[in-house]
Amino acid sequence: MKKIFIVLILIFISTKLVAAANTKDEILKNLRCLVCQGQTISDSNSDFANIIRSVVDDKIQEGLTEKEIYKFLSEKYGDWILFNPPLKNYSYILWFLPYVLFVLGGAILYLMIKKTLIEKK
Amino acid sequence: MKKIHLITTFAFLIFIFTTLYLSLNNRKIYNTKDIIGQKIDTVELTLFDNSKTFNTKEISNYKFTLFNFWASWCAPCRKEHKNLIKLSKNKNLKIIGVNFKDNKTQAKEFLQEMGDPFFILISDPKGKQSVNFGIYGIPETILVNEDLTILKKYIGPLDLKDVKEIKKIIKQ
Repeated sequence: MKKIFIVLILIFISTKLVAAANTKDEILKNLRCLVCQGQTISDSNSDFANIIRSVVDDKIQEGLTEKEIYKFLSEKYGDWILFNPPLKNYSYILWFLPYVLFVLGGAILYLMIKKTLIEKK
Repeated sequence: MKKIHLITTFAFLIFIFTTLYLSLNNRKIYNTKDIIGQKIDTVELTLFDNSKTFNTKEISNYKFTLFNFWASWCAPCRKEHKNLIKLSKNKNLKIIGVNFKDNKTQAKEFLQEMGDPFFILISDPKGKQSVNFGIYGIPETILVNEDLTILKKYIGPLDLKDVKEIKKIIKQ
């Protein structure tokens, strides 16, 4: 019974450790190295990347969530530090314009085909 | 109908050219516009001589504060130092130096040789405290008012033009 209990505790601890490592990895992959050419903090060995890695470590230890860490860093360095920036008012146009154009194009095409068919009849 | 087609095609071409033009002019480098107007975080910083800590709240006691992030190993910091000395003579301005990832003995030697413009000297041996100020390299300088609001951020060494600008702001 005692052995099973120890094994369960070990499994619980290792699961927690793996989850924490995965969270850190996920965060670092979504952060841009500001002094590198298109590299993530996770990939870079620059001084800046090392400092940010260390700060992210501290923030995880303090109990901050992934979102809170992104918020903290984007407040300091702007959304540019995030590879996946949050949707803001000005970016709605950028994201939804292609869909609007697609629907508009479809409507124009439909009207043109309809008109041609009527003319042929 | 022909007129509608013409207008649609023309509008579409204008849209494409405008998008391409804006994309080409979009400089994909980090700039400081996001941090200006923000308040600096209330953080405890360790003084250079490890004697005490300094809380950034204390800045509200001074009309204007200039945070300068520097190190003895940084050549551009040496270049801007004379300008910091000039600014330190201004009564309206307190300069807080943040010694970034530096060797303390060398930092002391640097100040002995070049002069000490700092009202308070902070030590940031791991560079982690500087993240609270949005620093990503040195030298960087931040001008803060008594409300703890960031008025200006300078990336790279302060030149005479920057000194003029700072003097103009703190005179107001």
